[in-house]
Amino acid sequence: MAFPYNETVLDHFKNPRNVGRLENPDGKSTEGSPACGDMIKLYLRVNPDTKIIEDIKFESYGCASNIATASIITELAKGKTIHEAKKLTWKDASDALGGLPPIKVHCSVLAVEGLRAAIKNYEERHGMVVNLEPTTVDTIRNRLRRVMNPMKGLDMVATNLIKNIKLEDGIIYLLIDLSETHQFSNVIKEEAREKLETLWDINEIIIEFTE
Amino acid sequence: MEKSIYLDNSAATKLDKRVFDEMKSYYFDNYAVATSDFGYSKGIEAKEALENARSVIAHRLGASSQEFIFTSGSTESSNLAIKGVVKALGDKKGKHIIVSKIEDYPVLHSAKALEKEGFTIDYLDVDEYGLVNTDKLAELITEKTILVSIQHGNQEIGTLQDIVKIGEICRNKNVIFHTDATHTFTRIPIDVKTVPVDIITVSAHTIHGPKGIGGLYIRKGTEIKKITDGGYQEFDYRAGIENIPGAVGFAKAVELSTDDESIRLRDMRDKIIELVLSRIPDVCLNGHPQRRIPQNANITFHYVEGESVTLHMDMYGISVSTGSACFSKSLEASHVIAAIGGNHERAHGSIRLTFGRFNTMAEIYETVDTIEKVVAQLRLISPLGHKEV
Repeated sequence: MAFPYNETVLDHFKNPRNVGRLENPDGKSTEGSPACGDMIKLYLRVNPDTKIIEDIKFESYGCASNIATASIITELAKGKTIHEAKKLTWKDASDALGGLPPIKVHCSVLAVEGLRAAIKNYEERHGMVVNLEPTTVDTIRNRLRRVMNPMKGLDMVATNLIKNIKLEDGIIYLLIDLSETHQFSNVIKEEAREKLETLWDINEIIIEFTE
Repeated sequence: MEKSIYLDNSAATKLDKRVFDEMKSYYFDNYAVATSDFGYSKGIEAKEALENARSVIAHRLGASSQEFIFTSGSTESSNLAIKGVVKALGDKKGKHIIVSKIEDYPVLHSAKALEKEGFTIDYLDVDEYGLVNTDKLAELITEKTILVSIQHGNQEIGTLQDIVKIGEICRNKNVIFHTDATHTFTRIPIDVKTVPVDIITVSAHTIHGPKGIGGLYIRKGTEIKKITDGGYQEFDYRAGIENIPGAVGFAKAVELSTDDESIRLRDMRDKIIELVLSRIPDVCLNGHPQRRIPQNANITFHYVEGESVTLHMDMYGISVSTGSACFSKSLEASHVIAAIGGNHERAHGSIRLTFGRFNTMAEIYETVDTIEKVVAQLRLISPLGHKEV
């Protein structure tokens, strides 16, 4: 049967490795794909001395390519130091899977971005980021470009969900153009907070809704 | 694959053996083209077969034989309906057309193509169930409006429009009304003597007939012109050699598609909706709870993605379809689900199950068991599948 997916991809899709979540992870990330609405969460447990990724888990709200790539990328990352794991590319994941259909690239890139974001999150939380630039409104806006608006399948900046951003004495005030009771308001709020809380010079994040 | 449960009958149906038996002799024994009454006998016989088929199908619509032409399928029918009316009236009356937002691609993309040529198209909104707002339709019609094209039953969510009311509005305002009945023909009765519709698209591929044959009902007196040049076939509306085996097969398929069968399909539809909604948490029905075609159920399973569901179902030998962007070649989520809610997440996990003659109630139970298992498995790995603590 001429399926678009090979046996390795199907195996990782059917029996994904490293599925689940870690309690109190050392690093974590949430990434959403503007193109198709897929979403992935990644959790890391890192040895504080060796910086080796000792445990890694993922959750996916995505299609077959997304699930399979997340499964393989967690296998590839496990046992590597965060410096080694950071260098893993989409190509590494795709090669390990024996190839993916070209149109599915964006679904699978998401898993790789998720790994990088989780490592970055770890580094920021553990004071490993050097040459720190002071946060600006642009920094904040750029980070919010990675928060998905589930209604549109595009990010919250592109879909004009941000009514206002104010930055004052290490406090971010964010006004989201949505009703507080909206079904997705909590998800968006939580993700926006997650993207911003690791900024080194930010002490507090206040997120409000227009209604 | 040992087991096979096919639940994508709105995409294509299995050809009924009895249809094929009728068609065969027009491939191997009498393969002549339809000639005039003054031609040779094989051609006259072929012509008779074509006219018999035409009469059977026209009769099912309450129309006269002269009001029904054969085409290569729904896509050609709807293209001819829209572009043919444009050709007849575009320069004479105006350049305004109204279609609904949830039309299937032949209508929607014909409208978009005309928009690029300078036509004004109004894409009529639908409510959360997929029903068009008929008051809004009446407001949109101007003296420049040449055509309203609103489908009878929706291809994805199955919603049935009130074509009597829509037709009355169009008739009162003297505007031609076309409806795409690809997913309703023979499943829901349409009688053109009581329904004020001017042009109807139908197809054989959705009712266990052959692929590559469809038709168009054109009410007598409707202003429409042919859009392909060639011979004078099909009352000079559609040039090209007639597909006589296809026409004969289409007519047989129409005869075999009975009201009893529609009831059987409806029972399967109601059973699957009832079982899924009662057994699986966090699901919602897409489309109207009552006003829907008998062979369609469309359900969103929250927190999971549709392509993942269809792929798992396929491994169990069950064919279903989804409105998820990941499933489509274009990576566009379903425009129909977007129109009924504007919610990407709803399309992401939507699964369409469409039934046909060869499905059984036992298959319905088995499908529900499998989908319950697959959705539970995918929810285990979903970040949204469990309540936040």
